[in-house]
Amino acid sequence: MPIEILMPALSPTMTEGTLAAWSVKEGDKVASGDVIAEIETDKATMEVEAVDEGTIAKIVVPAGTEGVAVNAVIAVLLEEDEDGTDLSSFKPNEEKIPVQPEEAKSPAIAEELPVAAQTNEQVTSETVTKQSGDRLFASPLAKRLAEQAGYNLSDIRGSGPKGRIVKRDVEAHRPTASTTKPPSVSRSLSGPSAKELADLLGTTYREEPVSKIRGIIANRLQEAKQTIPHFYLTIECELDALLAMRKQINDSDENIKVSVNDLIIKASAKALIKVPEANASWNGDSILYYDHADVAVAVAIEGGLVTPIVRSAESKSLTTISDEMKDLAGRAKTGKLKPDEYQGGSFSISNLGMFGIKEFSAVINPPHGAILAVGMGEKRPVVKDGELAIATMMSCTLSCDHRVVDGAVGATFLQAFKGMIENPLGMLI
Amino acid sequence: MAKQEFDLIVIGGGPGGYVAAIRGAQLGMSVALVEANHLGGICLNWGCIPTKALLRSAEVMHLIKNADQFGISVKDVSFDLTKIVDRSRKVAAQLSGGIKHLLKKNKVTIFDGWGKLTKSKEIVVENDGKEIATLKGKHTILATGARARVLPGLEPDEEFVWSYREAMVPKELPKSILVIGSGAIGIEFASFYNDLGVEVTVVEMADKILPVEDDEISGLALKALKKDGIFFHTGSVAEIIDKGKGTVKIVKAGGKEDDKGQTITVDKVISAVGIVGNVENLGLEDLKVEVDRSHIKVNQWLETAEPGIYAIGDVVNPPWLAHKASHEAIICVEKIAGSKDVHPLDPNLIPGCTYARPQIASLGLTEQACSEQGLDVNIGRFPFVANGKAIALGDTEGMIKTIFDAKTGELLGAHLIGAEVTELIQGYTIGKTLETTEAELMHTVFPHPTLSEMMHESVLDAYGRAIHF
Repeated sequence: MPIEILMPALSPTMTEGTLAAWSVKEGDKVASGDVIAEIETDKATMEVEAVDEGTIAKIVVPAGTEGVAVNAVIAVLLEEDEDGTDLSSFKPNEEKIPVQPEEAKSPAIAEELPVAAQTNEQVTSETVTKQSGDRLFASPLAKRLAEQAGYNLSDIRGSGPKGRIVKRDVEAHRPTASTTKPPSVSRSLSGPSAKELADLLGTTYREEPVSKIRGIIANRLQEAKQTIPHFYLTIECELDALLAMRKQINDSDENIKVSVNDLIIKASAKALIKVPEANASWNGDSILYYDHADVAVAVAIEGGLVTPIVRSAESKSLTTISDEMKDLAGRAKTGKLKPDEYQGGSFSISNLGMFGIKEFSAVINPPHGAILAVGMGEKRPVVKDGELAIATMMSCTLSCDHRVVDGAVGATFLQAFKGMIENPLGMLI
Repeated sequence: MAKQEFDLIVIGGGPGGYVAAIRGAQLGMSVALVEANHLGGICLNWGCIPTKALLRSAEVMHLIKNADQFGISVKDVSFDLTKIVDRSRKVAAQLSGGIKHLLKKNKVTIFDGWGKLTKSKEIVVENDGKEIATLKGKHTILATGARARVLPGLEPDEEFVWSYREAMVPKELPKSILVIGSGAIGIEFASFYNDLGVEVTVVEMADKILPVEDDEISGLALKALKKDGIFFHTGSVAEIIDKGKGTVKIVKAGGKEDDKGQTITVDKVISAVGIVGNVENLGLEDLKVEVDRSHIKVNQWLETAEPGIYAIGDVVNPPWLAHKASHEAIICVEKIAGSKDVHPLDPNLIPGCTYARPQIASLGLTEQACSEQGLDVNIGRFPFVANGKAIALGDTEGMIKTIFDAKTGELLGAHLIGAEVTELIQGYTIGKTLETTEAELMHTVFPHPTLSEMMHESVLDAYGRAIHF
């Protein structure tokens, strides 16, 4: 019996992805564990490995196909003792097969693989692939319902004739936070849109469509800022002891290069464990208090940002954190993060010190309970023991989700954090 | 006798069965059709089609009687009932022959006999008590249709009590008729006989005639038919007192026992009190097929509880309409063939038509259903009397009513009464099937001068924008 190779889910929330490339071609023999394809989601690229041994009999979804639904059949594998004729009895689960984009058209599956009763009409598939720029077919009622609900039509799967989006599809659509349509929300602000205004005033501009990642960022941040009651606490930390310790560590071995940021990750993690009330997430009808400090760090990438996570950072050595962070940041920039490397976490750090920013406040990245905005370390005049002195100071602003972190909790956390930074040996214990 | 094997076997050759057979053949299946009586079924032989031929004669009669209104003088108008009935039978025969041709063209093998399922889901075809074939099919569709419901005391006897069947082929014209039941069938016969000069009385158990229609339309129909001379007793039941004398007592439905009611004397009684499904002698007892009150239970894909056995049309759930049966046939067969572009039938997209004078046509939810569902609606109305074409036709009785969801603009229902509305309703049906909102209907250009302009105006009126009223 031929084996169906299905579109894998790279994360629990993934519903579709892009089949970026095939590493095998039809007729190739594969063994379990061989890389056969690369799958892209909005943030990451992952390799798909063969689970069974056999010969790739058929590639069902060609490379470059976007919007391939999870569990769709992407290829068919024949086991050793089977030959091609076994395919004639093979009935693909068509419901899962996406229509291929125009440019990637290969003979339609229905022509090659007979269905239960031989038909002389091409049986069309239910799912549609959405190519950016493709015309979306939707009924007038579906369009209006989607508009009223604030859904983006391109997020809705059409089940009508030839994949047309109809009323029942809009009604069945359960949007995730990232699929509600940002323009409808932002446009509800009074006044003309940016484009209308620019056109009116004759302002020249370059217009770029919102990329998938930009759309997700826009939605998540808008949702975060609109739904999470933020408040802000700022604290000044003296860095001299920390910088001295860092120098000692880095001088001890030329292969070691721990950054101030690595130390901040460690200090945050330690402080989160010390003040567990701050290591929490709002969960609607409950609050989650985490056992470990999974610290996310905002990393700027082309066209947006991602927040890879150093898991259980409280128990990792500085060099481990340092190595891990370099690896995560590097792969974040090339889009090779796995979803479990950037999803979840309880706390994030955004550091703009390298840009000379003295102080700022950041937007909480759900489901986190707080985010620490780290400014530049600089020499400032300070008063020590009644005397004017010079110290290297750093301003840190904690944005707290007031639903889980109250003012006193946030302040206690910052005290603990400041304690770690100013007495850094505590971090090493 | 060799067993013959087919991909698809259809039992019953009515508008459900023959359409299923042709569609199956189109999709490359080998198909057998088993029909015991007439290809085309009741619809074509004893229902939709022959009654339309009769009603056409009545309409011509009505026009001629009113020729003076159009400036035409006609003297000594008379009609020949035998010729009217003959014409109706010829129309049916012509179409039945057409079905046979279509089936042959599509290479459907026709078995002339009664098909009955065995325990092993084979079909034994009998003709005149003799087994003429045994068929084995991968899939079997039951499209056996329905027959007139018989109420105790109202059994058709070809003398005094007629079913639709006798009422369609009268040998002589009765002077008076009592029609029991005011559904589409009852009202069409009432209208037909009334136009031929028979004194017609209609008894309806429900509080309104055409009980499935919108209250407002039902009221307008009652008013128009009464004006034409038909007597109505709604909320009432009839009981035959003496067949020989033709006496019938009409009492209030569910009324007191001492209700003396009203006794009338009529030449004939037409019983039109609904239908029952043809589920007997099909071998269903030995299979898992479930029957509920004479109708076979099916799921949204017309599958019975017995794998490989399907049922469509009048033998399953309502509405019991030919076009619903045909559409179920398509859905059922395409699903069997594995098509993905097939969807369950939405009852709100099945139009219903009554071919009385005036005609009645409707689609989707009535105003009452909307309010029961708590829907906030916009309702539009446009009367025939304000339409140029209707005035020119001399047919100014009627109205077009449209109902929209106030929030989404979805066309929820359309209810029409008046000349040719059975032809007009399809415009709304297409719109509703394509999921129109009021906006697309408003943007549609309707030709002038036509009755269809009223469809436009009714939509405009739902939003306070009617131009001509």
